[in-house]
Amino acid sequence: MTEVLWYSGRGSGVVTLVLLSVVVALGIGARSGRTAIGLPRFAVSLLHRNAALLAVVFVVGHVLALYFDPYAQLRYYDLVFPFAGDYRPLWQGLGTLGLDLLAAIVVTSLLRHRIGVRAWRVVHWLAYLCWPLALLHGLGTGSDRGAWWLWAVSSACAAAVVAAVAWRLTPRFHGFPRRAVRRVRPVLKGAR
Amino acid sequence: MTGVAAAAAVQRRVLAGNRDGRLDSHLARHGRLPALDAGEVIDLARDAGLTGRGGAGFPMWRKLAAVAEAGRPAVVIANAAEGEPASGKDKALLSYQPNLILDGLQLAARATGARAAHLYGPAASFAALRCLLAGRRDAVPVRLHAAPDAFVSGEESAVVAAVSGRGAVPADKLIRITRAGVGGAPTLVQNVETLAHLALIARHGVGWFRAAGSPDEPGTFLATVSGAVAAPGVVEAGYGVPLGELLAAAGGPAGELAAILVGGYHGGWVPADPALPVSRAGLAPFGASPGAGVVVALPVGSCGLAETARIAGYLAGESAGQCGPCVNGLPRLAETLADLTGAPDLRGVPEPAGLPGMARVAARRSRPELVAEVERLAGLVAGRGACRHPDGTVRLVRSALRTFEAEVAAHLAGHCLATEARR
Amino acid sequence: MRLHIDWTACDGRGLCAELLPELLTEDDWGYPVPREGVPEPPVPRGLESAARKAVDRCPALALRLVKE
Repeated sequence: MTEVLWYSGRGSGVVTLVLLSVVVALGIGARSGRTAIGLPRFAVSLLHRNAALLAVVFVVGHVLALYFDPYAQLRYYDLVFPFAGDYRPLWQGLGTLGLDLLAAIVVTSLLRHRIGVRAWRVVHWLAYLCWPLALLHGLGTGSDRGAWWLWAVSSACAAAVVAAVAWRLTPRFHGFPRRAVRRVRPVLKGAR
Repeated sequence: MTGVAAAAAVQRRVLAGNRDGRLDSHLARHGRLPALDAGEVIDLARDAGLTGRGGAGFPMWRKLAAVAEAGRPAVVIANAAEGEPASGKDKALLSYQPNLILDGLQLAARATGARAAHLYGPAASFAALRCLLAGRRDAVPVRLHAAPDAFVSGEESAVVAAVSGRGAVPADKLIRITRAGVGGAPTLVQNVETLAHLALIARHGVGWFRAAGSPDEPGTFLATVSGAVAAPGVVEAGYGVPLGELLAAAGGPAGELAAILVGGYHGGWVPADPALPVSRAGLAPFGASPGAGVVVALPVGSCGLAETARIAGYLAGESAGQCGPCVNGLPRLAETLADLTGAPDLRGVPEPAGLPGMARVAARRSRPELVAEVERLAGLVAGRGACRHPDGTVRLVRSALRTFEAEVAAHLAGHCLATEARR
Repeated sequence: MRLHIDWTACDGRGLCAELLPELLTEDDWGYPVPREGVPEPPVPRGLESAARKAVDRCPALALRLVKE
């Protein structure tokens, strides 16, 4: 039984990394305001959201499998408090931290109509921290550390995310018509 | 002079008296402010038919009632932020009759059950106001807030934002400020001139107020007359006053006039007809209204089209910068109007995003399609913004195309009627 | 039901015009224009669910459905 849990834990972990990489790429795609291979903008936005929710499903499976697997030696608070674990505490801690950030991002996104755009956006930027944590966690912890296929998958994910981020930083990233930036005039801001 | 003509004549009511701004002169002339309860103040405002003098002309009693009915402690704000460059009446009133304004503010506070009162206006007037406030014994203490020197800073929701400690920019109108404004409290924002009129109505009564103006538009209003007149300044008259009398009170026209701008930069151009009554009814056929009482006389040698293009450029630059259609549409509208005028000088018109450099220069010559493009852009920006800045600009531009139709035709043909008239 | 656009928030991202093409089109700069030319276009029964989707998906949270 523990073997099943161990394999499920590793497998779901890898799937989560792949999904999170897709989520980041889609998030950047959504930000661009461009349609993607025939998909209208709202579809890109929905795909980003659905991939994220799917990633949540897999990360929960990953965490639960490992929690019930005695080999991982997880106590309940290790699931949210990073770096307190017994098995490879640093690498595992990165994963826990990543999970915390993911939870914050997902919850604020589901509640964004209640908390407002600013609060939502500030937390959402943590995605750029969350993804590297997931990547490093996958590379450092787990019994597949060093395995060629894990390196291959991780490299592919990293390549996708780096490419997306690089695209994000190009000047003509936005697919919107040329228009003026909306910025409140300084004289109106300093009203005291 | 018949009764009707006298009612609509140039006369001094708000501007009457000493005008030194002192409390003792004010009390000597006007006496103490009568003690009225909330219902009495609202009834007075309603029966007198007092409408806002800040430009919108909304019935004051409705605003008072809306804020009073909210049932929570309210906030009242006297708005002296005169963002309109061609208007000087609020500054004049702050200087000449601050006590009437402050009396009106106390009455408004009484009517709405307000516990907090503010005055929002130019910082230059604050030293004198602070002295005055120290000497008065107002029931509700008044706090002063400096207004930035910008066109939109006097907009109602911008006033609320500024008094709340944020930037003086208009806000989305989903929730009316009469329901929730400063600190979530029901808020009344009223132009200082309106408050001054209220202070006089409280002393002299409804009949006295209605003896001026017309039955549908009672009372007097302050007009800032400028442009081609001998003695530009602030004039008071009853609604329905003939345009010629307003100009005469400002020293008379300095030469033949081509047209008059009424209602300010968000107003409209009307023909220079001295008999034209300055009232809602009288100006409506020209798509104009008295607004905040701005009257600018355009002499025959000045091109109305070019002047409108200049104003449109100014208004484009005065956008708060929040709303896409305004930030993009107004500069484009101003530039198209300038192209229509054939004006090579676009200094001051903000660079609109769109045409790259060379194409912009080539498009500069006046073409018939430009009239349709101006109309298209006008229809595109109107109604799409958090405030009425785009709508006011569109109103001015549309009235210019109407009033200066002949000038438009001349410019399309490559010449200018105004320039020719100068020779 | 009317569709209210908060212009101070709207960033012209264009998702609403995709989800409600019957009610909205885009202007020269990508900002939504109500086809009927009124600031708050009425939302007919049949379009209510599409309107709710548009309100939900708007990245700037600039849309609201308001009762008449």
